[in-house]
Order: sequence, then C-alpha cells, then structure tokens
Amino acid sequence: MKKKVDVVIIGGGINGCSLANHLSKKNMDVILFEKNYLTSGATGSCGAGIRQQWSTKENTKLAIDSVKIFEKLSKELDRDIEFRQGGYLVAIHDEKDMKQAEKNVEMQRSLGLKVDILKPEEITEVVPILDVKGMDAIGATFCPTDGHANPFLTTFAYATAAEKKGAEINTHTSVTDIIVKNKQITGVKINDKDIIKADTVVNSAGVWSKEIAKKIGVNLPNEPLRKEIIATERLKPIFECMVISFKDGIYFSQQKEGHIVGGIPLEKKPGFRTIPTFDFIKHMSKTLTRYSPVLKHVKILRHWTGFYDVTPDARPILGETPEIKGFIQCNGFSGHGFMLSPMVTKILSEYISDKKPNDILDNLNLNRFKDKKIDYEKSVVG
Amino acid sequence: MKKRKAIVCRCEDLTEEDVVEAIEEGYTDIEELRKKLRLGMGPCQGRVCIQIVRKILQKYTGKEISKIPLPTSRPPTIPISLGTLSCDKDEKES
Repeated sequence: MKKKVDVVIIGGGINGCSLANHLSKKNMDVILFEKNYLTSGATGSCGAGIRQQWSTKENTKLAIDSVKIFEKLSKELDRDIEFRQGGYLVAIHDEKDMKQAEKNVEMQRSLGLKVDILKPEEITEVVPILDVKGMDAIGATFCPTDGHANPFLTTFAYATAAEKKGAEINTHTSVTDIIVKNKQITGVKINDKDIIKADTVVNSAGVWSKEIAKKIGVNLPNEPLRKEIIATERLKPIFECMVISFKDGIYFSQQKEGHIVGGIPLEKKPGFRTIPTFDFIKHMSKTLTRYSPVLKHVKILRHWTGFYDVTPDARPILGETPEIKGFIQCNGFSGHGFMLSPMVTKILSEYISDKKPNDILDNLNLNRFKDKKIDYEKSVVG
Repeated sequence: MKKRKAIVCRCEDLTEEDVVEAIEEGYTDIEELRKKLRLGMGPCQGRVCIQIVRKILQKYTGKEISKIPLPTSRPPTIPISLGTLSCDKDEKES
C-alpha cells in the first residue's frame, strides 16, 4: 500500500470512484478506502434514474452537464454502463403543481433542456400501462433525454479505469482517523494502525460522511433517512421512461433487464434502521397498482432498503471546508448522488488538482447553512 | 481447454465460467458478484446459486466456506403479486 499520496478518498460509491478516475487522469496520486465493498452504500441500493428536471438552477445545470458525460461514458470507460434515455415523466396533480411545473419548465428550457408539458391524454402515449384517472393527474412534464444507467456497472467501470491509471483502491479498509496539523490535513489513519500521508482528503462516504467529519470536529448537518424500494419479476419491455410524482412521492421504471423497480417515501425519522417494513410494501403496492392497475398481476421478487444522505435543503455539500484546509466534502446528495456524479466529480477534480474555482462549489459549500436563507430543492421523490 | 459451461445461476443464466471470470477480475465478495453479474437476483433469490458460488469462491480464494458470508436475505421469501399485497383495505378506505 502507498504511504504518501496526493489525495485520499473515503468511500467507494459512485462519487468516490468517479473522483478517483478524474484525479488519476490528471496524474494525481490517489488512494481510495472503502470500509465494505464497492457500491455497498447508497449507490448499491439506488433506483438507477438520471433526471434533469429540477426546481433549482444549480441542480438542473449539474444534471444537464452530467447527462452529456453519461452519453459518452460507456465509450470512455470501455465498459457498457447500460445508459439509455427513455425520459422521465413527472405527474402534475393540481393547479398548484401545474404552477410549479410551468415555473420549472421555463427555467429548465432557459438552460437549453428539451422538456414539455403533456396533456392527460398524452401521458398514456408515453407509458401505455398508466391509468391517468388512477394517478389523479391533470398533466405531466416529460423530458426525453432523462434516463437510466446501471449504478453497479458504472461504479465498477470507474474503479477499474482509475486503477489502470495508477489509483489504488482498497476495499474492506476503514479510515479510523484523520490527521490535522495547524488547520491543514496531513493524512489519515487506516484500520487503527497505518498512516497514509496526504494534504487532501475527500469525504465521499455517503451517510457515513457525518461520522467521518466528526473525527476532526467538522459538523455536517446530514441525516441518514431509510428508503425502501422493490423490484418485480422480469417482464418484456413495456415502457422506457421513469414515472414520478412529487405529491405521492412514488417513482418507478422498467430496468433494462425487464424488472420494474420503484419506491415511495414512508420514513420520516432519520436513523440507521435497515429493516424493510410491511407498511411500505402495502403503501407501495397500493399506489403502484393505482397508477397502473395491470401491474396487480406482476410479482415482487425483492424489497430492500437504502439510505438517502439528506441535507436540510436536499442539495449536496461540495468543496473545501472553510475551517480545515484540504478537507473536501462530496456528500449530502439527498438521494441524487448517482445522477449528479459525473459533473460533481469533474468540478471537484478541477478544484483539487488545479484550484479552479466554480460557482457551484461556492453555492453548495458547507458554510451555506450558516445563513438563514436557504434555496430548497422542491423536486424530490422517493 | 474444457470450458466450464455448467449453469450456476438458473434464473440469470450464469455459468461457472462467468463466475470464475468475475472472481479473476477481482470481484471476490459475494455481494460484489451479485451486483456485477446479477447473480441470485432472479425469482429464486439465490437459493440455488449462492451455495455453489460459495464453493467456487472457496476454491479460488482459499477462504473457508464458513468465512464467506451469505448475502442479505430480502423479503418476500417467495414472489408475491402486487395485487395480493395491495388487496388489504385499510379501515378508513372502506
């Protein structure tokens, strides 16, 4: 194992692995530590969706640029990450929803995104198995370039690409301490014994980021929120797009292999509980069969839980921590880490290697929680 | 050389060769293998393949079988239709 590197990355999820790839492309010496196996956290439980329809400008911009990277990623990494663009259909239920949707669409279009407001009868043209009455929808927004990719294969492809360029990836290895001298990071301690020297440490540990930051007295406002999700048996291809509703919280889509995968929020209390609940499965199956009654004949194979790493404004925490030099945050994705990862890690890698500033890093810095005025992301599901 | 074409995971149609190739690529954790290959993700939820894969892992990594953890079991134990799960009416709904 290397004893001195330029950057230590904590966490082997999508963001940690992608960042390792970016930094090693820039000839930086990188070592990544993952306490379990790659994708063992939120990345491995995620719904695989990639959405550009957001209510805040930063998220929309990040997502649009991320999709441009996703489009070329299989080729770049020389692995099929199963990226496909079947779109996202966002249900509109009432006049209040419609007003917000019109506002969102106007902002999204100003950034160059192709997105339309569909009439109720146009909804089933996109997803034939939906019941517009059951959905209680008066319309929907639809962006055809939204889509999906396989989170496992994408993470593994990033890790392999990073290793080829010299990065070292260590799974089943815990960072047990971070060493700071005169408010500057100098290294980390792993498995309570070995010390790895580095001036920069990236905290991309998902829901465990808070615990990592606490080791050196940095307080992150992130909370773990249990989320539940189901997968059905495989079906022939029926629909390509993700269906979501901010009001009902539901999201579901058909994966490339044919399974329908989706979830709906239930848990309101933060905490590290991982047991799947019967309340969820009841609520999910009722809502899903209300949206698409024909699905009552389809069987569920699997029901699992994962965590959203949730921040008070549902937006990620990115960039260098003001009080400790070299301590970089890349967490708090609030359920959207996979879809935003390509651009987030690109911007962060430019900051880490070239000190290149970026408005997004300024706006999403940890110090934003010191001000009282927070711009909430409203377009959150799951 | 004789190819290892024996089917290991019937639901996802994976052969011993598929599993060995992934192990040789470095995916030596049973959870990683599941996520890389979709092993055990079909209707039987790993009842058939997981024990076989543990044996293959033992052969290639030298780890004792008892040291190779089983993947997390996920409900439902057998596939259940969404119709069955959603048919129960709540009191306030009826």
